[in-house]
Amino acid sequence: MKLRVAHLYPRLMNIYGDRGNIMCLRHRCTARGIDFEVDDLGIGDRLDPAAYDLVFAGGAQDREQALVVQDLLATKADALREAVDAGVAALAVCGAYQLFGRFYREASGAELPGAAIFDLHTEHPGERAKRLIGNIVCEWESPEGLRTVVGFENHGGRTRLGPGVRPFARVRSGHGNNGEDGTEGAVYRNAIGTYVHGSLLPKNPALADHILRTALRRRHGDVDLAPLDDRAEERAHQAALRLRP
Amino acid sequence: MNPRTIAAVIAGKLAGAASRTLGRGGGTAVAGLAALRIDPALVSRLGSQAGAGAIAVTGTNGKTTTSLMLNRIATAAGLRPLHNRSGSNLMRGVAAMLVEEATLMGAVPGAAHRIAILEVDEATLPEIASAVPLRAIVFTNLFRDQLDRYGEVDTVAKAWERALRAEQRAKGSEQRDERPVLVLNADDPAVAHLGREAGLPVLYYGVEDASAGGPAGDHASDFRTCLQCGGELAYAATFYGHVGHWRCPACGTTRPRPDARATRVVLGDDATALRIETDDGEMNVALPLTGLYNAYNALAAAAGALALGLPRDAIVPALESFTAAFGRQERFSVDGRDVRVLLGKNPTGLNQVLRTIAAAPGEKRVVFFLNDGIADGRDVSWIWDADYEITQPQTAWVLAAGNRAEDLALRLKYAGYGDDVRVEHDTEWAVRRALQATPPGQTLYVIPTYTAMLEVRELLAKRAGAAHYWDEKQPAAAR
Repeated sequence: MKLRVAHLYPRLMNIYGDRGNIMCLRHRCTARGIDFEVDDLGIGDRLDPAAYDLVFAGGAQDREQALVVQDLLATKADALREAVDAGVAALAVCGAYQLFGRFYREASGAELPGAAIFDLHTEHPGERAKRLIGNIVCEWESPEGLRTVVGFENHGGRTRLGPGVRPFARVRSGHGNNGEDGTEGAVYRNAIGTYVHGSLLPKNPALADHILRTALRRRHGDVDLAPLDDRAEERAHQAALRLRP
Repeated sequence: MNPRTIAAVIAGKLAGAASRTLGRGGGTAVAGLAALRIDPALVSRLGSQAGAGAIAVTGTNGKTTTSLMLNRIATAAGLRPLHNRSGSNLMRGVAAMLVEEATLMGAVPGAAHRIAILEVDEATLPEIASAVPLRAIVFTNLFRDQLDRYGEVDTVAKAWERALRAEQRAKGSEQRDERPVLVLNADDPAVAHLGREAGLPVLYYGVEDASAGGPAGDHASDFRTCLQCGGELAYAATFYGHVGHWRCPACGTTRPRPDARATRVVLGDDATALRIETDDGEMNVALPLTGLYNAYNALAAAAGALALGLPRDAIVPALESFTAAFGRQERFSVDGRDVRVLLGKNPTGLNQVLRTIAAAPGEKRVVFFLNDGIADGRDVSWIWDADYEITQPQTAWVLAAGNRAEDLALRLKYAGYGDDVRVEHDTEWAVRRALQATPPGQTLYVIPTYTAMLEVRELLAKRAGAAHYWDEKQPAAAR
């Protein structure tokens, strides 16, 4: 069995330790005898919608994000929508989460189109508004019941969800999508978008395994993931629950 | 002198003394804040008195060491520096230093032979540049550090550009008779970019010796795209992060040819052989520090000294007799153990430290500290961009400490240090456990973030019998 991952723009979009998410997925696959293969797709590379089980993309600064969005729309967005509609799993963190929405409205009012994987949009409230920064704890309805998700968020944009997606989680402490409606992230089919980094997956092993299961299901059916030694993961998760926001 | 300034100096001195008496750290923040509240123009009024002018040192990594090297060079040249050497580099830290130096009448004694050497936080540079007429500004490098505070690395780059444009405009007005020289790291594309449009005189420095390069594939690069056109940069040599011999294949922008060139960099266990060439000759320095980052610090300090017109024969002896700034490669002898403290506060700096440790022979005992105080950056996700893997194969004993020790232990697990790395929150206990695990005659490496470094240093200084770091008159680093 093999998990095939497309990592979008690993060089341009890796600002908040996003590579920790790839390290985590690799570790949790290889420890269970599942082969792990990752293709780095950068500027100009085309995305084959049939070639992957999981697509991952991380955060970027404004300058890189502007560079990425042009390329995303030109070479990858159509294939990405096709893949997600076919049930391929996706994880988009922070900047990529915004780019995967319908559009991003700058403080000036100008609108940058997104890849429209998620029915949502993001607005920048202007230079005077505070960035939403800090530790975040939220509650995620996993197939096994309610779980906490912990990490750090740092974003200027405020995201509003449309009817075509549901929130990924509810904010317990922190800001989430917009600091107002209590939602965090978005889910559409097997694609998850979130503002939580830190890195996200190492400290949230239940979420990592959930993503692995949904990514493997399309080609391999329900896969039994053997339990791993998660003492260090669990300690880091518990410690994060006690941090002030 | 302005009565407001006099009142501010007195209030600052009292606040600093009270804070020290109560044992609350160096009192720098308190003294500076108290003085600035009474006279917001204090830094301008006192800082402008230095007869030999002022130089600022800013950037993500290397500020403290570079400005301390400049201090030694200026001293060797017969000047008395006004220098915020405790590393307190916000406006309040500069204010506190000036208050400490000033007389009760608000004058800087011996002003004719004073030179202000100001270590300045990346985000504070615009404020300092508008307060004090600067003769030169040294930029070391620009990497991600404390993104939770600044928002983005680009925010810092933009603030620098704004500050430099303001400097350029001031040239036209009556206030300034001299434009600052920009002393820029040619090897860092984000720093070199500043020289392009600032309209100010520029002195570039850079490492020519490509053999000093580190392995490619560093994860801690922040400026991989051309700041002129957005194209992806290509490197003929990579030294660390995005620092190297870069060029943009898309628009043809290339690394500027450095005016001060390190044409030979040979890193040893404890020292570095460094040759610096300019169009006027060469200097050969036996630098008593190792690590490529220290070669860059020495090169930046030498270039800053040249920009100020300090005599060349002051540079070499000052660098050769240099001892590390506190917490930056400091050594303590504790009950026969050789304890080395190396600050590791962001991925780039930490990777350099790890490579330096890996280059030393033998098994390693290491305690890493990870704190998330405001001064450390509250976001600890940067540890996933640092390559803790570098020292893992040689590490015989490791401890994860600090208030975010659990995050660190998890990162170390991924780096191969074991599924269940020891965790210790209490700084004193962490130091004790680490010393206990280190037999006499052996070396212990302590790798703290900024706030942990202050605590660790104080504990070690106590056990080794050295002075407190805020003893500005006689810094421990000087012995």
